[in-house]
Formats: sequence, C-alpha cells, structure tokens
Amino acid sequence: MRGGHDLGGRQGFGPVNPEPESEEPIFHDEWERRVFALTMATGMLGQWNIDQSRHARERQHPVAYLEQSYYENWLAGTEKLLIETGLISEGELRSGAATEKCGKELRIPDAEAARKILTSGGPAAREIENPPRFAAGNEVIVKRRHTLRHTRAPDYAQGCRGLVREHHGAHIFPDANCDGEPVAHHLYSVEFPSRELWGGGAEPFDVLIDLWEPYLTLVDGNGE
Amino acid sequence: MSSDHSHLPSETELRAKALESLLVEKGLVKPEALDAIIETYQDKVGPRNGAHLVALAWTDAEFRQRLLADASAAAAEMGYFGRQGEHLKAVENTPEIHNLVVCTLCSCYPWTVLGLPPVWYKSAPYRSRAVSEPRSVLAEFGAELPEEVRIRVWDSTSEMRYLVVPMRPAGTEDWSVEQLQRLVTRNAMIGVEQALAPERLAP
Repeated sequence: MRGGHDLGGRQGFGPVNPEPESEEPIFHDEWERRVFALTMATGMLGQWNIDQSRHARERQHPVAYLEQSYYENWLAGTEKLLIETGLISEGELRSGAATEKCGKELRIPDAEAARKILTSGGPAAREIENPPRFAAGNEVIVKRRHTLRHTRAPDYAQGCRGLVREHHGAHIFPDANCDGEPVAHHLYSVEFPSRELWGGGAEPFDVLIDLWEPYLTLVDGNGE
Repeated sequence: MSSDHSHLPSETELRAKALESLLVEKGLVKPEALDAIIETYQDKVGPRNGAHLVALAWTDAEFRQRLLADASAAAAEMGYFGRQGEHLKAVENTPEIHNLVVCTLCSCYPWTVLGLPPVWYKSAPYRSRAVSEPRSVLAEFGAELPEEVRIRVWDSTSEMRYLVVPMRPAGTEDWSVEQLQRLVTRNAMIGVEQALAPERLAP
C-alpha cells in the first residue's frame, strides 16, 4: 500500500540532522526500551509474522505515521496486532486491567528462550521447484500496482525499467506472507539508474532494490 | 516522523507502561524475557561486530573474499548471527564506487553486525532522500565524494541486509585488527561516511 511509510523520493522533510554517532544513545527514553522489548516478546508468541507486523504499522493514517516517532509507530502496531489476534481486548487496552482470558495455548518465552530466538534468527530463504525466470543482465520493468495490501515494491520504482544484477534465490513473498501464506518466490537485486527513477535532471547514481519475481515483467515481453 | 525526542508526550509513556503491565498480568510476556531482549541489543550486539569484520577483511585477503562471497557465513564464523542478519551481503567501497544503505519502506538494518539503527536512519528525511539525492545526504554527514565516484544506493526492501565495507584509510599499513577496528564507525558501515583517518582517532 502507498501509505505514509512509502517514503522513497518524497519531498519536503528537510535535512537529516543526525545526532553525532558518539553521542547517540541506543534508546532515547525508558518507554522506547519497553516498547522495543514488548514488540519483540509478543512477536515471539507466533501469532503474526514480520510482514503482518510491518503492515500493522503501515495501516495507519499517513499523517499519524509521519507525525509519530519510530517507537510510537511500533507501539501502535503492536497494540493493533494484540487486539486483532484476540490476545487482548480493546477494553483491556483502555482500562489496563486484565478482564478476559485470551483462550489460546501459547508458549511464553522465558529469558533463555528469548535469547535463543534472537541468536538463531529466522531465515526467509526457501527451496522452490520452479526455476528463476530472470537472470543477471535481463532488463525488467516493475509492474504498477495500486493495492491496499502489504507490498515491498516501493512506489518510486513502479513503472521503472532496471537491470537484474543478482538472483538471491527464493525468499518468502511478503505480499502473501502478510495474508498468512508463507509462499516463496525468486528474489532479485535490480539496478536502476537515477535518471530512470527521477528524470534527466537527477544527480548520477544507481539504486539497487530487492524485488520478487511477481513484481517484475521482462522487457522483451517473454516474461509476462 | 518526528525526530524530536526530548519532549515526547507522556501519554505514550503511560500507554507503554499500561500495555506492559497488562501483558505481564495476562501472562503473555515474562519480565525476564523483556530484560533479556533489552540486554541483547543494549550491551551485546552492536557496531563493534561489524567493525571487527571490516578490519578482518582489510587485513586478511581470504576472509575478505569469504565476506564478499557470503557475508552471513563469514559473520557466523566470528559468532555474529541471529535476527536481522540471516541474509547478509557485504558491499565494498572502491575508488570508483561508494555504497550507501537505506530502507525506504521501514527500517531494515543488519542488527547482528550493527545493532539497532540510529534515529536518523529511521527518519523521513533520510528514507526519502537517500534514493533521490544521495550526494546531498552524504554532504550533510560531511562526506564529500570526488565527482567521478559513482554512488550505489541499496534499498533494503527484502530480508537481505547490507553492510558497507569502507575503504581502508591510508597510513594504516602496519596496524593490527584491534587498532583498525577503531577507525570503522557505524556510519561508515551504513555508507554515510568514510572510515576515520588515523589522525581523527581520539587519543
């Protein structure tokens, strides 16, 4: 979806204003630390995946997404997922008091289990039967799509022509994973010259974007 | 997104507290697990890991090859593996190419080697401009690149995670891995700066 999160090439946000690296704390406030940990810990309950978690943050009014700080968006997304999966109710969230049983058999990670989940990771690569349709050197176009669903094809690249640079194998496809269907598609690194993305007046550089096969059409017409 | 973190509404603080006590009361999270998660990213995983890999790549040609061929495996050799580092790719700066990493859609970042991303990396100005005017973004970080250097921006739209291997500064030929590591800043491994010149190291 083209929500407030799809920021590539948007204008008017001003300078980056980075804090000096040596002075920047990892968290700027105690509540950020708590929101980070709560989001990670509830994610470990296995009731939603990473794309559903991203989509929960994206499904906000764009003004809210842009006005809130990063961890405020995390908090909003986590609250939404907890309610939608029935782990907590709206009433409980408002009152702060537990009044209902969640009714699910869940394995709640202790410290050791949490550490293990963090250090073992969860690879997105999968073996699939069908061979890749594109190879390094192919010219492709990113399909234009207007969808409310979660997607990782950024708006600024849609309709643009690029060159396949590398095939990463097949990875879980976010658009389907967000609907709870962890199917995999071939993933490619596709290179776009800046003039293709932004027109002839752009400073010269290249952007490489990771794009899944269903996002792409082969330029010679054989791809689709 | 707002980058002003000094005056956050206390409403958010209260909401976070209320949610935590609700979840603990319902038995959906264990406080000890929350502490373990915070401790992992506050104290254990951070940009020192990435700096170690870069310094090794600068000093050991075989390790450099392994890092560029399969960074997840090379990082795992050093014990750096886990969440947000499952599919790591190292991209090397050269006199012709300068690499810069962004995630325009959210905040994807190689946690296993850099820790959690800084605020600016997650901010609207960086996410919007890194893919449309990278040279002026670099200038704001004080990195002026020669005209002939081609910038290559990596937009992390998938679970692939990118680590920039900056160029080794001149005058460090006889330096050890431990010494070199101190020149490799987090920002250099995102690509918004070069590695520090030796004279810029604090004594």
